[in-house]
Amino acid sequence: MESSFANGPVIEFRDVAYALPSGQQLLSGLNLQVQRGETLVLLGRSGSGKTTTLKLVNRLLTPSSGEVRVNGAPTAESDVIRLRRSVGYVIQDVGLFPHFTVEKNIGLVPRIEGWTAERIHRRVEVLLQMVGLEAQMALRYPHQLSGGQRQRVGVARALAADPSILLMDEPFGALDALTRDQLQREFLSLQQRLNKTVVFVTHDLREALRLGSRIALMEAGRLVMVLSPEDFLRSSDPLATAYVRAFADGLDSVANRGLP
Amino acid sequence: MNLFHFFLQNRGEILELTLEHLWLVGISTLLAVLVGVPLGILSAHRQVWNKPVLGTANVIQTIPSLALFGFLLPVPWLGDRADRLAILALTLYALLPVIRNTFTGIRGVDPAVVEAGRGMGLTGRQLLLQVELPLAMSVILSGIRVAVVVSVGLATIAAAIGAGGLGEFIFRGLAMVNNQLILAGAIPAAVLALSADFGLGWLERRLRPR
Ligand SMILES: Nc1ncnc2c1ncn2[C@@H]1O[C@H](COP(=O)(O)OP(=O)(O)OP(=O)(O)O)[C@@H](O)[C@H]1O
Ligand SMILES: [Mg+2]
Repeated sequence: MESSFANGPVIEFRDVAYALPSGQQLLSGLNLQVQRGETLVLLGRSGSGKTTTLKLVNRLLTPSSGEVRVNGAPTAESDVIRLRRSVGYVIQDVGLFPHFTVEKNIGLVPRIEGWTAERIHRRVEVLLQMVGLEAQMALRYPHQLSGGQRQRVGVARALAADPSILLMDEPFGALDALTRDQLQREFLSLQQRLNKTVVFVTHDLREALRLGSRIALMEAGRLVMVLSPEDFLRSSDPLATAYVRAFADGLDSVANRGLP
Repeated sequence: MNLFHFFLQNRGEILELTLEHLWLVGISTLLAVLVGVPLGILSAHRQVWNKPVLGTANVIQTIPSLALFGFLLPVPWLGDRADRLAILALTLYALLPVIRNTFTGIRGVDPAVVEAGRGMGLTGRQLLLQVELPLAMSVILSGIRVAVVVSVGLATIAAAIGAGGLGEFIFRGLAMVNNQLILAGAIPAAVLALSADFGLGWLERRLRPR
């Protein structure tokens, strides 16, 4: 039964449920495997439980039943600090430290991991370039950056200690279409080089189709299904077709406005 | 004899009592910070501590100062020396602003920032020392500033139980109906309060996160 560590899923949800202390059930019956090197997209409307699912991976939340495994080990039994440092996390609200410069924000985990100042400095330079920011940004404070620049720093910070797993919660949310497009492109080329195992949250079908190797569709605290982007477009499932229709309608209505 | 000459003539005693006053305020503020900041952190982090801690500090604040000195007088060891008693009473009064502002400061840190820190694998201690306290520092300092300014005033009453300080002049002046004596206590006390207010206010602005 037990698959070997190297070939098994990197992240695995086994019958996971999550309830608030009040008893309110936010997630139930969650079974999901994320394979090495893939980008699994969690797609679902607002409040469907995407962020909750992500937080179960790095144990910001613990399941009320079932278990989550990372690299074969149940998270409940692993050292939570080690676990979190080995999993990069880009949070939905970015959450940069306002009293730290960009360089200190990105270098925080390496610093507490005891890297030398020299090594941290070089790493920050590499990362800034990787996410498309100029080197002189390193000395700025978060309030001196635009929203998009902050999101890039958030991604760089998650990559700092070179984690093999990356959790990204709407990292390109709240951006204009063009910047978003550019960041998605950069993500794809980055992912080709780095080959991380990524769980990527979005409510944007277009982004899901573009970035995901598989799409996990969530609705009201449940995982509806997991499909490849191609299968998603062909699916006859009512929820999936609803997404595709809403997306297509957007395009159509634009086209129709051009007609007399 | 005008006030200026009076001050010049008595500069030795004025200086001595001012230093005594500073000592009372300084030690009690230090104690209030040592006790109040951890209590404020505790009540910000643990919901159950929130009500009892802030509630107790609030109640202490409502006890009239002379009554508090009276309550503490019969306590062994404490009652032996007036300055111990005065320092304890001043510490108790300084606790509320320190605890309350520490609580408010820590609670006021953007939850997204705390969550990011936890998600990155900071330990509770690292999160507190590197993120929460620095971001709450200006709010905590403003609590300390309030505590100091209030203590400078309150400490004048310590003279009533013989703990010294600038209150000595004030009480002596009241008894002898001598305005110059009263002013010899009141003016340095006001200068102390204003400089503490200014100095700590400056520090607070410098530490305010952008
Ligand atoms: N601490 C909490 N207390 C009460 N309700 C909560 C809490 N955390 C989450 N919820 C609720 O759980 C549900 C799922 O939340 P979650 O943050 O996982 O949604 P999401 O899919 O990430 O949504 P969005 O796309 O808007 O970010 C929502 O209805 C939310 O209101
Ligand atoms: Mg969310």
